Amino acid sequence: MLASDRRLGYALVAPTVIVLVVITGYPLAYNLWNSFHHYVVTSGQPATFNGLANYARLFHGQSFLPALENTAGFTVVSVVLETAIGLALALALNRPFRGRGAVRAAVFIPWAVPTVVSGMLWKSMFDPQQGFVNYVLRVLHLPGGHVTWLANTGTAWGAILVADAWRNTPFMAILLLAGLQVIPSEIYEAARIDGATAWQSFRRITLPMLKPALMVALIFRTLSAFLIYDVVYAMTSGGPGSSTDVLSYLDWRAFLVQSDFGYGGAVAVFLIIVCLAIAAAYVRAFRVETVR
Amino acid sequence: MSALSAPQSTGAPTHVATPDVAPRLRRPPGKIALRIAFALLIVIFVVGMLFPFYWIIITSLKSPAALNRGTRSVLPSAHLTLGAYRTDLLMTSVTGVNFGRALLNSVGIGLCVVAVTVVLTTMAGYALSRTRIRGKKSILGFVLIAGFFPPLAMVGPLFLTYERVHLLDSYPSLIITYMVYTLPLATWFLANFFSQIPHQLEEAALVDGATRLQALRKVILPVAAPGIFTVAILSFILSWNDFAFSVSFINTPNMFTAPLALMGLGQSQYQVFYNRIDAAVVMITLPVALLVIFAQRRIVSGLTAGALK
Repeated sequence: MLASDRRLGYALVAPTVIVLVVITGYPLAYNLWNSFHHYVVTSGQPATFNGLANYARLFHGQSFLPALENTAGFTVVSVVLETAIGLALALALNRPFRGRGAVRAAVFIPWAVPTVVSGMLWKSMFDPQQGFVNYVLRVLHLPGGHVTWLANTGTAWGAILVADAWRNTPFMAILLLAGLQVIPSEIYEAARIDGATAWQSFRRITLPMLKPALMVALIFRTLSAFLIYDVVYAMTSGGPGSSTDVLSYLDWRAFLVQSDFGYGGAVAVFLIIVCLAIAAAYVRAFRVETVR
Repeated sequence: MSALSAPQSTGAPTHVATPDVAPRLRRPPGKIALRIAFALLIVIFVVGMLFPFYWIIITSLKSPAALNRGTRSVLPSAHLTLGAYRTDLLMTSVTGVNFGRALLNSVGIGLCVVAVTVVLTTMAGYALSRTRIRGKKSILGFVLIAGFFPPLAMVGPLFLTYERVHLLDSYPSLIITYMVYTLPLATWFLANFFSQIPHQLEEAALVDGATRLQALRKVILPVAAPGIFTVAILSFILSWNDFAFSVSFINTPNMFTAPLALMGLGQSQYQVFYNRIDAAVVMITLPVALLVIFAQRRIVSGLTAGALK
């Protein structure tokens, strides 16, 4: 009975596991192998072992460190911004008010726009002639009305941040709202009877009980910010110059433009390690705090 | 929607309708000001979030001449035209891309992804919640980690492999690869969903002489249909969203997905035609926006499957 039950279980779960191993585990192993070899596919030469040369190129080459710096900076700024706004929005939507269902549906719609499409949408909003942003800044006599946002080193990141926050803040808010909704209202009642202020009950009840949802939301957002690709591709293609270059885009170019699968493999291994480290760090940070 | 479902009355229906009304009458002026400020903030936020949609819609309805004059007003131009939509859908651009065709490609790929995901994760979800296999935790852990894999890091090896097995520049290359978007979320969600279905249902069927697979098909699946439907919707959205893999694996203009076709649209040597770009943006967004509006509860419950456990 148990044996046949197990046989059925393994047979049913196997296809999913096999597919995932083929499309994630296998590329990881392949990348790892490539990263220790000189392997430029278009040269027609077979791969030759070159030790850590590809990894050395990461840190001595021209493009990796600036892209890493851009990616890390964007990740920190966008995650902080989207978490702050997303939490405020979730708290607002957790209060009962007329039309709340409609508001929740409305603010969630930007998430429906495919990432690369949201990039094109904001590129059109930021177009100096045909767009909206420059027009409204000029009409309101605000600074920036004559700036070509996407063509300036200093302002291109601002435009990308706006596009990213517009699409992803709703996602953050919805995940946090789901976390807020499982907090029983009796706890707030009890705290209020005991004379707790609104801030105290936020600090002592909401935040601690929101932790699981906050952790999941932060992991999702931080990883997808760190892996930003589509929006940059659509809005700036890494430009002007390489001022908005990011690691995922760099890796894509290494593979599909330069056909350098050794160097691309090294960047890929780096990306995978950082992603796993980010996820592990969050899990650890949140677990340590809940134990206390 | 939320107002209707909120009070899950737990045997104490003392004052269901009154509590919101009574205190409102004797609210101090400070509270009223606060409420107005709160309402204003919400309105400003909602308008801000939705304004870009308004903008791309009115831009998509502009004629090339109106576009050339530049932005002069936030109002729609006097002569609205569907010309940009017609050009997008019916004409093939210089690069050989037809946007109507690309939309159909995306729909077809999305439906295949939905079918494969539903079949695989229904099986896996059942196995992980209803059988006594060993290593459930490790399997769920691996599935979760697979979901965190950087897509662009996988592009290189998959490209080489697809090239070798002659799958490059084919729909199957995308359908297989999109499983990395859908399987992790769907497996977790369905494993959770199945574990909430009472065991007695299945046991009763087994006592009546059904085999495990019969019980799964005839008893469990009908009960699990809402969960499976959620997985279907989410899988379609995730497949619709992809750009990274399609830009890497697809070369033939006729096989472009909608986001891929959007990239080369409306660009001529001298000018960018945002009416055509925005018409395409509207057409790509509309199906998913409708899903989000009408199936929001399902989508949110799917997305938050892991968040609350």
